[in-house]
Amino acid sequence: MRKKILLAGIAATAALALSACAGGGDPLASDTGDATDSSGAIIVGSADFAESQLLATIYSHALQNAGVEVEEKLNIGSREVYLEALRDGSINLLPEYNGSLLAELGVEMPEDGDVNGALVEALEPEGITVLEDSPAENKDTLVVVPDVAQEHNLTNISDLEPIAGELILAGPAEWKSRYEGVPGLEEVYGLNFAEFKVLDAGGPLTLSALQNGQAQVGDMFSSDPAIGENDLVALVDDQGLFPPANIVPVLRDEVLDDQVSDILNQISAALDTEGLMEMNGRIAAGDDIGAIADDWLAEHGL
Amino acid sequence: MDIFGWLTDPANWSGPGSIPFQAGMHLLYSLIALLVAAVIAVPLGMFIGHTGKGESLIMGSVNAMRALPTLGLLILLVLMIAPVFGSNLAFVIPSLIVLVLLAIPPILSGVASGIRAIDRSVIDAARGMGFSTAQIVWKIEMPCAFPLTLSGVRGATLQIVSTATVAAYVSLDGLGRFIIDGRAANDYAEMAGGALVLAVLAVLLELGFAGLGKLIVSPGLTRRIRVKPSAQIEETETKIMSVARA
Repeated sequence: MRKKILLAGIAATAALALSACAGGGDPLASDTGDATDSSGAIIVGSADFAESQLLATIYSHALQNAGVEVEEKLNIGSREVYLEALRDGSINLLPEYNGSLLAELGVEMPEDGDVNGALVEALEPEGITVLEDSPAENKDTLVVVPDVAQEHNLTNISDLEPIAGELILAGPAEWKSRYEGVPGLEEVYGLNFAEFKVLDAGGPLTLSALQNGQAQVGDMFSSDPAIGENDLVALVDDQGLFPPANIVPVLRDEVLDDQVSDILNQISAALDTEGLMEMNGRIAAGDDIGAIADDWLAEHGL
Repeated sequence: MDIFGWLTDPANWSGPGSIPFQAGMHLLYSLIALLVAAVIAVPLGMFIGHTGKGESLIMGSVNAMRALPTLGLLILLVLMIAPVFGSNLAFVIPSLIVLVLLAIPPILSGVASGIRAIDRSVIDAARGMGFSTAQIVWKIEMPCAFPLTLSGVRGATLQIVSTATVAAYVSLDGLGRFIIDGRAANDYAEMAGGALVLAVLAVLLELGFAGLGKLIVSPGLTRRIRVKPSAQIEETETKIMSVARA
Protein backbone atom coordinates (compact mmCIF):
# COMPACT_ATOMS: atom_id res chain seq x y z
CA MET A 1 0.00 0.00 0.00
CA ARG A 2 2.70 2.45 1.04
CA LYS A 3 4.69 1.51 -2.01
CA LYS A 4 1.71 2.26 -4.23
CA ILE A 5 1.17 5.64 -2.65
CA LEU A 6 4.85 6.45 -2.98
CA LEU A 7 4.95 5.43 -6.62
CA ALA A 8 1.76 7.31 -7.38
CA GLY A 9 3.19 10.35 -5.66
CA ILE A 10 6.39 10.19 -7.66
CA ALA A 11 4.50 9.65 -10.88
CA ALA A 12 2.26 12.62 -10.13
CA THR A 13 5.23 14.84 -9.31
CA ALA A 14 7.05 13.78 -12.44
CA ALA A 15 3.96 14.33 -14.57
CA LEU A 16 3.49 17.77 -13.06
CA ALA A 17 7.12 18.69 -13.64
CA LEU A 18 7.03 17.45 -17.20
CA SER A 19 3.74 19.08 -18.12
CA ALA A 20 4.97 22.33 -16.63
CA CYS A 21 7.98 22.15 -18.90
CA ALA A 22 6.49 20.52 -21.95
CA GLY A 23 3.75 23.12 -22.10
CA GLY A 24 5.99 24.73 -24.66
CA GLY A 25 5.51 28.18 -23.23
CA ASP A 26 8.70 29.98 -22.40
CA PRO A 27 7.79 32.05 -19.36
CA LEU A 28 10.82 34.23 -19.97
CA ALA A 29 9.80 35.06 -23.52
CA SER A 30 8.13 38.36 -24.09
CA ASP A 31 4.45 38.35 -24.93
CA THR A 32 4.04 41.87 -26.13
CA GLY A 33 1.06 43.79 -24.95
CA ASP A 34 -0.65 41.27 -22.67
CA ALA A 35 0.83 42.37 -19.41
CA THR A 36 0.82 46.08 -20.13
CA ASP A 37 -0.74 47.89 -17.25
CA SER A 38 -3.64 49.93 -18.52
CA SER A 39 -4.03 51.94 -15.33
CA GLY A 40 -1.11 54.11 -16.39
CA ALA A 41 0.77 53.68 -13.12
CA ILE A 42 4.52 53.83 -13.48
CA ILE A 43 6.27 50.59 -12.62
CA VAL A 44 9.94 51.25 -12.17
CA GLY A 45 12.36 48.33 -12.45
CA SER A 46 16.08 47.95 -11.96
CA ALA A 47 18.99 45.59 -12.55
CA ASP A 48 20.35 43.36 -9.81
CA PHE A 49 23.16 45.57 -8.58
CA ALA A 50 23.09 48.34 -6.03
CA GLU A 51 23.68 51.37 -8.27
CA SER A 52 20.82 50.46 -10.58
CA GLN A 53 18.51 50.04 -7.59
CA LEU A 54 19.64 53.42 -6.28
CA LEU A 55 18.92 55.16 -9.58
CA ALA A 56 15.53 53.48 -9.85
CA THR A 57 14.75 54.57 -6.31
CA ILE A 58 15.73 58.16 -7.16
CA TYR A 59 13.36 58.08 -10.17
CA SER A 60 10.63 56.54 -8.06
CA HIS A 61 10.89 58.94 -5.15
CA ALA A 62 11.14 62.03 -7.37
CA LEU A 63 8.01 61.01 -9.25
CA GLN A 64 6.18 60.23 -6.01
CA ASN A 65 7.21 63.62 -4.60
CA ALA A 66 5.47 65.14 -7.61
CA GLY A 67 2.34 63.12 -6.92
CA VAL A 68 2.79 60.46 -9.60
CA GLU A 69 1.70 56.94 -8.69
CA VAL A 70 4.72 54.63 -8.77
CA GLU A 71 5.25 50.95 -8.10
CA GLU A 72 8.76 49.59 -7.56
CA LYS A 73 9.98 46.26 -8.93
CA LEU A 74 13.68 46.45 -8.24
CA ASN A 75 16.51 43.94 -8.39
CA ILE A 76 15.15 42.08 -11.41
CA GLY A 77 18.30 40.60 -12.94
CA SER A 78 20.72 41.11 -15.78
CA ARG A 79 20.06 43.33 -18.82
CA GLU A 80 19.07 40.21 -20.76
CA VAL A 81 16.24 39.66 -18.28
CA TYR A 82 14.93 43.13 -17.43
CA LEU A 83 14.78 44.25 -21.06
CA GLU A 84 12.24 41.48 -21.65
CA ALA A 85 10.28 42.76 -18.66
CA LEU A 86 10.30 46.24 -20.21
CA ARG A 87 9.21 44.85 -23.57
CA ASP A 88 6.24 42.94 -22.14
CA GLY A 89 5.21 45.87 -19.96
CA SER A 90 5.71 44.26 -16.56
CA ILE A 91 7.88 47.29 -15.90
CA ASN A 92 7.70 50.55 -17.81
CA LEU A 93 10.56 52.69 -16.50
CA LEU A 94 14.16 51.87 -15.67
CA PRO A 95 17.57 53.48 -15.40
CA GLU A 96 19.95 52.34 -18.13
CA TYR A 97 23.48 52.85 -19.36
CA ASN A 98 23.18 54.12 -22.92
CA GLY A 99 26.15 52.45 -24.64
CA SER A 100 25.61 49.11 -22.92
CA LEU A 101 21.95 49.15 -23.89
CA LEU A 102 22.83 49.92 -27.50
CA ALA A 103 25.30 47.02 -27.53
CA GLU A 104 22.67 44.68 -26.09
CA LEU A 105 20.25 45.73 -28.84
CA GLY A 106 22.92 44.72 -31.36
CA VAL A 107 23.22 48.21 -32.85
CA GLU A 108 26.63 49.46 -34.02
CA MET A 109 28.06 52.40 -32.11
CA PRO A 110 27.19 55.49 -34.24
CA GLU A 111 30.10 57.25 -35.98
CA ASP A 112 29.00 60.66 -34.73
CA GLY A 113 28.94 59.44 -31.12
CA ASP A 114 25.24 60.24 -30.69
CA VAL A 115 24.46 57.15 -28.63
CA ASN A 116 21.11 58.46 -27.44
CA GLY A 117 19.97 59.25 -30.96
CA ALA A 118 20.80 55.70 -32.03
CA LEU A 119 18.93 54.34 -29.03
CA VAL A 120 15.81 56.39 -29.74
CA GLU A 121 15.83 55.13 -33.33
CA ALA A 122 16.36 51.49 -32.32
CA LEU A 123 13.69 51.42 -29.62
CA GLU A 124 10.98 53.54 -31.26
CA PRO A 125 9.33 50.61 -33.10
CA GLU A 126 9.00 48.79 -29.77
CA GLY A 127 7.09 51.68 -28.16
CA ILE A 128 10.02 52.52 -25.90
CA THR A 129 11.48 55.98 -25.38
CA VAL A 130 14.87 57.10 -24.17
CA LEU A 131 15.10 60.48 -22.42
CA GLU A 132 18.13 62.76 -22.10
CA ASP A 133 21.33 61.16 -20.89
CA SER A 134 23.16 62.26 -17.80
CA PRO A 135 26.80 63.33 -17.62
CA ALA A 136 27.12 60.66 -14.92
CA GLU A 137 28.83 57.63 -16.32
CA ASN A 138 29.45 54.13 -15.10
CA LYS A 139 31.03 51.55 -17.34
CA ASP A 140 32.30 48.06 -16.81
CA THR A 141 35.95 48.24 -15.90
CA LEU A 142 38.50 45.50 -15.59
CA VAL A 143 40.43 45.97 -12.39
CA VAL A 144 43.48 44.11 -11.14
CA VAL A 145 44.99 43.89 -7.70
CA PRO A 146 48.00 46.20 -7.14
CA ASP A 147 50.50 43.31 -6.82
CA VAL A 148 49.66 41.92 -10.23
CA ALA A 149 49.61 45.40 -11.78
CA GLN A 150 53.07 46.23 -10.44
CA GLU A 151 54.62 42.86 -11.18
CA HIS A 152 53.53 42.88 -14.82
CA ASN A 153 53.48 46.63 -15.30
CA LEU A 154 49.81 46.76 -16.34
CA THR A 155 48.00 49.89 -17.48
CA ASN A 156 45.88 48.74 -20.42
CA ILE A 157 43.65 45.70 -20.83
CA SER A 158 45.85 44.58 -23.75
CA ASP A 159 48.83 44.34 -21.35
CA LEU A 160 47.10 41.33 -19.82
CA GLU A 161 47.52 39.22 -22.93
CA PRO A 162 50.80 37.39 -22.10
CA ILE A 163 49.77 36.56 -18.54
CA ALA A 164 46.00 36.01 -18.83
CA GLY A 165 46.50 32.23 -18.77
CA GLU A 166 47.75 32.46 -15.18
CA LEU A 167 44.98 34.72 -13.93
CA ILE A 168 41.44 34.12 -12.71
CA LEU A 169 38.77 36.54 -13.90
CA ALA A 170 35.73 37.30 -11.72
CA GLY A 171 32.49 38.76 -13.03
CA PRO A 172 28.72 38.33 -13.23
CA ALA A 173 27.13 35.22 -14.79
CA GLU A 174 25.93 37.11 -17.88
CA TRP A 175 29.58 37.74 -18.81
CA LYS A 176 29.85 34.10 -19.87
CA SER A 177 27.72 34.74 -22.92
CA ARG A 178 27.58 38.54 -23.26
CA TYR A 179 29.91 39.97 -25.91
CA GLU A 180 31.04 42.79 -23.60
CA GLY A 181 32.32 40.07 -21.30
CA VAL A 182 34.33 36.90 -21.68
CA PRO A 183 33.68 36.40 -25.43
CA GLY A 184 34.67 39.99 -26.25
CA LEU A 185 37.77 39.90 -24.08
CA GLU A 186 38.81 36.80 -25.98
CA GLU A 187 37.95 38.13 -29.43
CA VAL A 188 39.09 41.75 -29.11
CA TYR A 189 42.03 41.34 -26.74
CA GLY A 190 42.91 37.66 -27.23
CA LEU A 191 42.59 37.07 -23.49
CA ASN A 192 42.15 33.47 -22.38
CA PHE A 193 41.95 33.50 -18.61
CA ALA A 194 42.80 30.41 -16.55
CA GLU A 195 39.27 30.46 -15.22
CA PHE A 196 36.17 32.64 -15.23
CA LYS A 197 34.64 32.72 -11.78
CA VAL A 198 30.99 33.67 -11.68
CA LEU A 199 30.41 36.04 -8.78
CA ASP A 200 28.39 39.25 -8.70
CA ALA A 201 28.16 42.35 -10.88
CA GLY A 202 30.85 44.52 -9.29
CA GLY A 203 29.53 43.71 -5.84
CA PRO A 204 30.99 42.68 -2.49
CA LEU A 205 31.81 39.11 -3.58
CA THR A 206 33.95 40.28 -6.52
CA LEU A 207 35.75 42.82 -4.33
CA SER A 208 36.37 40.21 -1.63
CA ALA A 209 37.69 37.68 -4.17
CA LEU A 210 40.10 40.27 -5.58
CA GLN A 211 41.35 41.35 -2.17
CA ASN A 212 41.78 37.83 -0.89
CA GLY A 213 43.34 36.21 -3.92
CA GLN A 214 40.51 34.00 -5.19
CA ALA A 215 40.65 36.08 -8.38
CA GLN A 216 43.21 38.50 -9.80
CA VAL A 217 41.16 40.35 -12.42
CA GLY A 218 37.59 41.47 -11.82
CA ASP A 219 34.70 43.32 -13.41
CA MET A 220 33.87 46.36 -11.37
CA PHE A 221 32.01 49.59 -12.06
CA SER A 222 33.94 52.75 -12.87
CA SER A 223 31.64 54.68 -10.52
CA ASP A 224 32.51 52.43 -7.58
CA PRO A 225 34.66 54.29 -5.04
CA ALA A 226 35.89 50.90 -3.74
CA ILE A 227 38.33 50.77 -6.69
CA GLY A 228 40.26 53.78 -5.40
CA GLU A 229 39.82 52.97 -1.73
CA ASN A 230 41.39 49.56 -2.17
CA ASP A 231 44.16 50.70 -4.55
CA LEU A 232 42.82 48.46 -7.28
CA VAL A 233 44.14 49.37 -10.72
CA ALA A 234 41.48 50.09 -13.33
CA LEU A 235 42.86 49.01 -16.69
CA VAL A 236 42.33 51.26 -19.69
CA ASP A 237 40.00 49.75 -22.28
CA ASP A 238 42.43 50.58 -25.10
CA GLN A 239 40.56 48.64 -27.78
CA GLY A 240 37.17 50.06 -26.76
CA LEU A 241 35.38 46.82 -25.89
CA PHE A 242 33.19 48.37 -23.25
CA PRO A 243 30.88 51.03 -24.67
CA PRO A 244 30.44 54.48 -23.11
CA ALA A 245 27.74 54.17 -20.49
CA ASN A 246 25.97 57.37 -19.48
CA ILE A 247 22.92 56.98 -17.32
CA VAL A 248 19.65 57.43 -19.14
CA PRO A 249 15.99 56.85 -18.20
CA VAL A 250 14.24 54.36 -20.49
CA LEU A 251 10.47 54.17 -20.45
CA ARG A 252 7.47 52.85 -22.34
CA ASP A 253 5.48 55.37 -24.41
CA GLU A 254 2.26 54.61 -22.47
CA VAL A 255 3.59 56.29 -19.33
CA LEU A 256 5.39 59.15 -21.03
CA ASP A 257 3.99 62.62 -20.40
CA ASP A 258 5.50 66.10 -19.95
CA GLN A 259 5.54 65.93 -16.18
CA VAL A 260 7.32 62.56 -16.10
CA SER A 261 9.87 63.49 -18.76
CA ASP A 262 10.54 66.85 -17.04
CA ILE A 263 11.28 65.19 -13.72
CA LEU A 264 13.47 62.48 -15.21
CA ASN A 265 15.38 64.94 -17.39
CA GLN A 266 16.02 67.16 -14.35
CA ILE A 267 17.45 64.15 -12.52
CA SER A 268 19.70 63.29 -15.47
CA ALA A 269 20.94 66.88 -15.65
CA ALA A 270 21.68 67.07 -11.90
CA LEU A 271 23.42 63.71 -11.66
CA ASP A 272 27.16 63.56 -12.17
CA THR A 273 29.78 60.84 -11.77
CA GLU A 274 31.19 62.31 -8.52
CA GLY A 275 27.73 62.39 -6.94
CA LEU A 276 27.15 58.84 -8.08
CA MET A 277 30.44 57.66 -6.57
CA GLU A 278 29.61 59.35 -3.32
CA MET A 279 26.24 57.61 -3.16
CA ASN A 280 27.83 54.26 -4.08
CA GLY A 281 30.23 54.80 -1.20
CA ARG A 282 27.29 55.25 1.16
CA ILE A 283 25.67 52.07 -0.16
CA ALA A 284 28.90 50.15 0.48
CA ALA A 285 28.95 51.57 4.01
CA GLY A 286 25.53 50.03 4.58
CA ASP A 287 23.26 53.08 4.30
CA ASP A 288 19.66 52.56 3.26
CA ILE A 289 19.17 53.09 -0.48
CA GLY A 290 15.88 54.93 0.04
CA ALA A 291 17.51 57.37 2.47
CA ILE A 292 20.44 57.99 0.10
CA ALA A 293 18.02 58.69 -2.74
CA ASP A 294 15.97 61.08 -0.59
CA ASP A 295 19.09 62.94 0.55
CA TRP A 296 20.28 63.40 -3.03
CA LEU A 297 16.84 64.57 -4.18
CA ALA A 298 16.61 67.05 -1.31
CA GLU A 299 20.09 68.36 -2.04
CA HIS A 300 19.13 69.04 -5.66
CA GLY A 301 15.70 70.45 -4.88
CA LEU A 302 13.77 67.61 -6.48
CA MET B 1 16.19 26.33 -28.08
CA ASP B 2 13.62 24.34 -26.11
CA ILE B 3 14.22 22.35 -22.95
CA PHE B 4 14.19 19.02 -24.74
CA GLY B 5 16.70 20.37 -27.22
CA TRP B 6 18.92 21.56 -24.40
CA LEU B 7 18.66 18.26 -22.56
CA THR B 8 19.48 16.21 -25.63
CA ASP B 9 22.21 18.44 -27.03
CA PRO B 10 25.33 16.22 -27.05
CA ALA B 11 27.45 19.27 -26.22
CA ASN B 12 25.74 19.36 -22.83
CA TRP B 13 26.64 15.77 -22.03
CA SER B 14 30.42 15.71 -22.12
CA GLY B 15 33.36 17.69 -20.83
CA PRO B 16 33.64 20.16 -17.98
CA GLY B 17 30.46 22.11 -17.39
CA SER B 18 28.32 19.34 -18.87
CA ILE B 19 25.20 17.90 -17.23
CA PRO B 20 26.93 14.73 -15.88
CA PHE B 21 29.86 16.81 -14.59
CA GLN B 22 27.63 19.31 -12.80
CA ALA B 23 25.38 16.53 -11.45
CA GLY B 24 28.50 14.77 -10.14
CA MET B 25 29.79 17.93 -8.47
CA HIS B 26 26.33 18.53 -7.04
CA LEU B 27 26.25 15.03 -5.56
CA LEU B 28 29.80 15.38 -4.24
CA TYR B 29 29.01 18.59 -2.33
CA SER B 30 25.75 17.05 -1.12
CA LEU B 31 27.44 13.86 0.07
CA ILE B 32 30.17 15.70 1.98
CA ALA B 33 27.60 17.98 3.63
CA LEU B 34 25.40 14.99 4.53
CA LEU B 35 28.30 13.06 6.08
CA VAL B 36 29.45 16.04 8.12
CA ALA B 37 25.88 16.70 9.27
CA ALA B 38 25.42 13.03 10.24
CA VAL B 39 28.68 12.98 12.21
CA ILE B 40 27.41 15.95 14.22
CA ALA B 41 23.71 15.15 14.46
CA VAL B 42 23.64 11.39 15.11
CA PRO B 43 25.69 11.35 18.33
CA LEU B 44 23.86 14.44 19.55
CA GLY B 45 20.53 12.84 18.78
CA MET B 46 21.57 9.63 20.56
CA PHE B 47 22.54 11.64 23.61
CA ILE B 48 19.26 13.56 23.70
CA GLY B 49 17.18 10.49 22.95
CA HIS B 50 18.91 8.25 25.48
CA THR B 51 19.23 10.67 28.38
CA GLY B 52 16.31 12.95 27.68
CA LYS B 53 18.61 15.79 28.71
CA GLY B 54 18.98 19.06 26.87
CA GLU B 55 16.04 18.30 24.65
CA SER B 56 14.53 21.77 24.75
CA LEU B 57 17.89 23.56 24.66
CA ILE B 58 19.55 21.58 21.87
CA MET B 59 16.46 20.90 19.79
CA GLY B 60 15.41 24.50 20.23
CA SER B 61 18.68 25.97 19.07
CA VAL B 62 19.01 23.46 16.25
CA ASN B 63 15.54 24.28 15.04
CA ALA B 64 16.39 27.96 15.17
CA MET B 65 19.12 27.22 12.62
CA ARG B 66 16.44 26.23 10.15
CA ALA B 67 15.25 29.80 10.15
CA LEU B 68 18.60 31.18 8.95
CA PRO B 69 18.31 32.50 5.40
CA THR B 70 20.67 30.24 3.46
CA LEU B 71 21.74 32.67 0.75
CA GLY B 72 22.36 35.56 3.13
CA LEU B 73 24.34 33.34 5.46
CA LEU B 74 26.36 31.98 2.55
CA ILE B 75 27.43 35.43 1.38
CA LEU B 76 28.20 36.53 4.93
CA LEU B 77 30.34 33.43 5.49
CA VAL B 78 32.18 33.89 2.19
CA LEU B 79 33.04 37.48 3.09
CA MET B 80 34.19 36.33 6.54
CA ILE B 81 36.17 33.29 5.41
CA ALA B 82 37.69 34.71 2.21
CA PRO B 83 40.65 36.37 3.97
CA VAL B 84 41.55 33.05 5.63
CA PHE B 85 41.83 30.93 2.49
CA GLY B 86 43.34 32.32 -0.67
CA SER B 87 41.94 29.46 -2.71
CA ASN B 88 38.56 28.14 -3.74
CA LEU B 89 38.09 26.84 -0.22
CA ALA B 90 36.84 30.34 0.57
CA PHE B 91 33.74 29.40 -1.43
CA VAL B 92 33.59 25.66 -0.75
CA ILE B 93 33.66 25.81 3.04
CA PRO B 94 30.85 28.39 3.43
CA SER B 95 28.71 26.44 0.96
CA LEU B 96 29.23 23.24 2.95
CA ILE B 97 28.51 25.00 6.23
CA VAL B 98 25.13 26.32 5.10
CA LEU B 99 24.19 22.87 3.78
CA VAL B 100 25.29 21.15 6.98
CA LEU B 101 23.23 23.62 9.01
CA LEU B 102 20.19 22.71 6.94
CA ALA B 103 20.79 18.98 7.33
CA ILE B 104 21.42 18.80 11.07
CA PRO B 105 17.86 19.49 12.32
CA PRO B 106 16.06 16.67 10.44
CA ILE B 107 18.73 14.06 11.30
CA LEU B 108 18.95 15.14 14.91
CA SER B 109 15.21 15.09 15.48
CA GLY B 110 14.92 11.79 13.60
CA VAL B 111 17.43 10.06 15.87
CA ALA B 112 16.21 11.68 19.08
CA SER B 113 12.50 11.18 18.52
CA GLY B 114 13.15 7.67 17.19
CA ILE B 115 14.76 6.75 20.49
CA ARG B 116 12.19 8.61 22.60
CA ALA B 117 9.38 6.79 20.84
CA ILE B 118 10.55 3.34 21.89
CA ASP B 119 8.19 1.64 24.31
CA ARG B 120 9.88 1.91 27.73
CA SER B 121 8.89 -1.67 28.47
CA VAL B 122 11.18 -2.83 25.67
CA ILE B 123 14.15 -1.09 27.25
CA ASP B 124 13.16 -2.26 30.74
CA ALA B 125 12.92 -5.81 29.48
CA ALA B 126 16.34 -5.54 27.88
CA ARG B 127 17.80 -4.19 31.09
CA GLY B 128 16.10 -7.02 32.94
CA MET B 129 17.79 -9.47 30.62
CA GLY B 130 21.14 -8.06 31.65
CA PHE B 131 21.91 -5.63 28.82
CA SER B 132 24.48 -2.98 29.64
CA THR B 133 23.79 0.67 28.78
CA ALA B 134 26.04 0.45 25.74
CA GLN B 135 24.20 -2.68 24.60
CA ILE B 136 20.85 -0.99 25.10
CA VAL B 137 21.96 1.97 23.01
CA TRP B 138 23.51 -0.04 20.18
CA LYS B 139 21.32 -3.14 20.16
CA ILE B 140 17.92 -1.78 21.16
CA GLU B 141 17.68 1.97 20.75
CA MET B 142 19.56 2.53 17.52
CA PRO B 143 17.91 -0.34 15.61
CA CYS B 144 14.48 0.64 16.90
CA ALA B 145 15.12 4.30 16.07
CA PHE B 146 16.45 3.38 12.65
CA PRO B 147 13.27 3.99 10.62
CA LEU B 148 12.94 7.53 12.00
CA THR B 149 16.69 8.09 11.66
CA LEU B 150 16.51 7.03 8.05
CA SER B 151 13.59 9.32 7.36
CA GLY B 152 15.55 12.14 9.00
CA VAL B 153 18.53 11.44 6.76
CA ARG B 154 16.19 11.23 3.79
CA GLY B 155 14.68 14.60 4.59
CA ALA B 156 18.15 16.05 5.11
CA THR B 157 19.35 14.66 1.78
CA LEU B 158 16.47 16.23 -0.13
CA GLN B 159 17.05 19.53 1.65
CA ILE B 160 20.76 19.45 0.79
CA VAL B 161 20.35 18.35 -2.81
CA SER B 162 17.77 20.99 -3.56
CA THR B 163 19.66 23.74 -1.73
CA ALA B 164 23.15 22.88 -3.04
CA THR B 165 22.21 25.02 -6.03
CA VAL B 166 23.24 28.06 -3.95
CA ALA B 167 26.89 27.02 -4.32
CA ALA B 168 26.65 28.33 -7.87
CA TYR B 169 25.92 31.77 -6.47
CA VAL B 170 29.48 31.92 -5.16
CA SER B 171 31.13 30.63 -8.34
CA LEU B 172 31.13 26.91 -7.54
CA ASP B 173 29.98 24.10 -9.81
CA GLY B 174 26.84 22.01 -9.38
CA LEU B 175 23.43 22.01 -11.00
CA GLY B 176 22.82 25.54 -9.74
CA ARG B 177 25.27 26.69 -12.45
CA PHE B 178 22.63 26.02 -15.13
CA ILE B 179 19.94 27.84 -13.18
CA ILE B 180 22.03 30.93 -12.39
CA ASP B 181 23.84 31.16 -15.73
CA GLY B 182 20.63 30.40 -17.63
CA ARG B 183 18.81 33.15 -15.83
CA ALA B 184 21.58 35.69 -16.36
CA ALA B 185 21.65 34.97 -20.08
CA ASN B 186 17.83 34.84 -20.26
CA ASP B 187 18.20 31.25 -21.52
CA TYR B 188 15.03 29.58 -20.33
CA ALA B 189 15.91 26.17 -21.77
CA GLU B 190 19.14 25.97 -19.78
CA MET B 191 17.49 27.18 -16.61
CA ALA B 192 14.52 24.83 -16.78
CA GLY B 193 16.68 21.97 -18.06
CA GLY B 194 18.99 22.35 -15.06
CA ALA B 195 16.03 22.45 -12.69
CA LEU B 196 14.57 19.35 -14.31
CA VAL B 197 17.82 17.41 -13.94
CA LEU B 198 17.87 18.47 -10.30
CA ALA B 199 14.29 17.28 -9.79
CA VAL B 200 15.10 13.91 -11.38
CA LEU B 201 18.14 13.58 -9.14
CA ALA B 202 16.01 14.28 -6.06
CA VAL B 203 13.39 11.72 -7.09
CA LEU B 204 16.08 9.09 -7.73
CA LEU B 205 17.57 9.70 -4.29
CA GLU B 206 14.09 9.46 -2.77
CA LEU B 207 13.57 6.10 -4.45
CA GLY B 208 17.01 5.01 -3.28
CA PHE B 209 16.13 5.80 0.31
CA ALA B 210 12.79 4.01 0.03
CA GLY B 211 14.63 0.92 -1.22
CA LEU B 212 17.29 1.23 1.45
CA GLY B 213 14.60 1.39 4.14
CA LYS B 214 13.07 -1.83 2.88
CA LEU B 215 16.43 -3.57 2.90
CA ILE B 216 17.82 -2.66 6.25
CA VAL B 217 15.04 -1.77 8.68
CA SER B 218 14.56 -4.69 11.06
CA PRO B 219 11.51 -6.72 9.91
CA GLY B 220 10.25 -6.77 13.48
CA LEU B 221 9.70 -3.02 13.32
CA THR B 222 7.81 -2.84 10.06
CA ARG B 223 5.06 -5.31 10.98
CA ARG B 224 5.71 -7.07 7.75
CA ILE B 225 5.93 -10.35 9.73
CA ARG B 226 2.57 -12.03 9.91
CA VAL B 227 1.37 -12.70 13.43
CA LYS B 228 -1.49 -14.99 14.36
CA PRO B 229 -4.39 -12.75 15.46
CA SER B 230 -4.90 -14.77 18.63
CA ALA B 231 -1.35 -14.28 19.79
CA GLN B 232 -1.27 -10.64 20.91
CA ILE B 233 1.04 -11.28 23.83
CA GLU B 234 3.23 -13.46 21.69
CA GLU B 235 3.57 -10.57 19.24
CA THR B 236 5.00 -8.30 21.87
CA GLU B 237 7.33 -11.07 22.93
CA THR B 238 8.47 -11.69 19.37
CA LYS B 239 9.15 -8.03 18.98
CA ILE B 240 11.30 -7.83 22.07
CA MET B 241 13.13 -10.99 21.20
CA SER B 242 13.75 -10.05 17.61
CA VAL B 243 15.02 -6.68 18.72
CA ALA B 244 17.15 -8.23 21.42
CA ARG B 245 18.62 -10.63 18.93
CA ALA B 246 19.18 -8.09 16.25
